[in-house]
Order: sequence, then C-alpha cells, then structure tokens
Amino acid sequence: MPKRALPEINAGSMADIAFLLLIFFLVTTTMDVDSGINRKLPPWTPLDEIPETPPVKKKNIFTVLVNSSNQLLVEDDYMDLRDLRSATKRFLNNNGDRSCTYCQGSLKSPASADNPLKAIVSLQNDRGTSYKMYIAVQNELAAAYNELREELAQRRYGKPFDELGDLEQKEIKDSYPQKISEAEPVSLG
Amino acid sequence: MSKFKKNKGGGTPAISTASLPDIVFMLLFFFMVTTVMREITLKVENSKPFATEIKKLERKSLVTYIYVGKPKAAYLSQVGGEPRIQLNDAFARIKELQPFVITEREAINEAERPLMTVSIKADEQVKMGLVTDIKQELRKANSLKINYSTRKGDVYED
Repeated sequence: MPKRALPEINAGSMADIAFLLLIFFLVTTTMDVDSGINRKLPPWTPLDEIPETPPVKKKNIFTVLVNSSNQLLVEDDYMDLRDLRSATKRFLNNNGDRSCTYCQGSLKSPASADNPLKAIVSLQNDRGTSYKMYIAVQNELAAAYNELREELAQRRYGKPFDELGDLEQKEIKDSYPQKISEAEPVSLG
Repeated sequence: MSKFKKNKGGGTPAISTASLPDIVFMLLFFFMVTTVMREITLKVENSKPFATEIKKLERKSLVTYIYVGKPKAAYLSQVGGEPRIQLNDAFARIKELQPFVITEREAINEAERPLMTVSIKADEQVKMGLVTDIKQELRKANSLKINYSTRKGDVYED
C-alpha cells in the first residue's frame, strides 16, 4: 500500500469554540476580591453577669465617641476625621512612664498613656451613626496602629512590616498591641 | 537574475491566524481560574464603604456572608424601604440570624469551626443601630470573628 499522508484536521473553528467559552467566563466572572477590616467581638455575657474587671487608669484610655450626626468627640473634644489618625498615634506612642524603649519621637506626657502596652482605644457609637462613618473611624484607628508598627519595623529591621517573618511580625505586633474596645451600645443622641 | 526579487503585484500577504486559538485559550484559562460564580442574587442595595487598612479574606469556604442594605426597587412593595438583612437568597429578620449562623457553623468541618468568619457586607447608608444588633446576635451565637467588608479607597471623600 502506498503511504498516504494523514489528512489534516481543520482547526479553524477551534478559535470560535474558545471564544465562546471565553465570553461565557467573561460574563460570569466577578473580579471583586473579598476584603475588609477584620475584628474580633467580645464573647456574649448577659448584663448582670459582667465580671468585675480591674480598673484601668483614665489616662490610658483614648475615648472616641461618634454621635448620630457623624461628629467625632475625641477625649472630650470635637475632632475632624482627618486629625484622628495623628491624634491616635500620638496617644499610642506616648511614653508617660518612660518604660517604652522603642518609642521614638513620643511626647512623654504624664497626662496621656503610660506606654503602648497599656494604651487602650475605647470606641463608642450611636445607633444613628452611619455605617460609612463607623468604618472610616475604624479604618483610621487601624491605620494609626499600622503606621506605628511600620515605623518600628523599619527602625528595627530596616524592612517593611509585610516582608518580615512570622516571629518578627509577632514581636512588632506585641510592641504595639491593638486594643480597641467597643462599649456596649447606648444612645448618645 | 537578481537574488532580491521585488514582490510585484503580490498585494499584502494574509496574516496567519494560526496562533489566535492559543491567545484566546490563554485568556480563557485566565478567566476560568480567576472566576468566582455568584452564588446568590442580591436583593439589597450594596455599595460598601471605603477603607484603606484592609485585609483579604482567605478560605472562602469558611466565610459566611450577611448582606445589609435598603431593598432594591423591585422588592420595595413587598418589604418596604427600611434597610433589611439578607441571608442567602431571602430577606431575614434579626431573630433568624442566630440560627442561621449556627447552622452555617454546623456545616463546617469540626476542626475548622473556630476559624469561621462572618463577613458583614453592609451598605454605607445603613445606620449603626442595625449593624450593632447584628453584632449582638453574633456574640450570642458565639461567632466572634467578623469582617467588615469594604472597598479599597480613600475614606475622606464624600
């Protein structure tokens, strides 16, 4: 038998088939990666069973109130959202009892937090506060912590926080522990 | 007898389309890998607020979603214009939240239950009262890891 060349399969329509599939996936795809601000809620305790907690010195608490018209009251003063980040950083980085060896450029004000380990941010909002404002405030508070951690990471390791190993990241996190306390809901008017 | 013959009157040669399927397949695979099928139909308005300090949600199978917002125009006559909660495909009352979260948790493999995250996808127009109620219900259901779903962007702009 004479050798016959195999007839070539016509691949011209392959592109059409691929296009069809491509268009299907293009239409059904949603590109949004789910991202957001992670928070941990405190466990539920009925109001009459709230355990006695050791008192915290008032100067170690940074109170942030948001009322129903989305206005900020920080440490008994009106504040613009834009100033919240720097004010929080100033408070967290304050070195009142001079025990913080890694705080740089801190105020050492005796009227503010003793050291970053003791500093607590207390956030309270009204039922009428808009979710947008609440997220903005949460974001600014988180940003204050993140910026302080970033600065410390740069000073100590000369690298951005994200590029550090797990152990180093934990060490930096423990140097500026994120303590954001949210009060039980009340009406602030 | 020149070696360099001029291509006279040849017109433009046809461009080879042989590599077109390859290119299309490349795109196809990209979209196949990145695609996430939308599992539910949104019945509420959902324009999420902006934030910058955001973290990605890993492990989609461990995430439960709660949608909050004003009902879309098509449902206004049924449920009214007040912000509502949507669980899976239906509107829900605040009381239904606790059993919902508990059933979702039961569905997860026991070893991974503590890692379950509840993602609150609330519209930026929603008032905190509703969100606080949801948070209280989540605390009662002992589902404490939450994530406020946001978009990446500047928080100051109105």
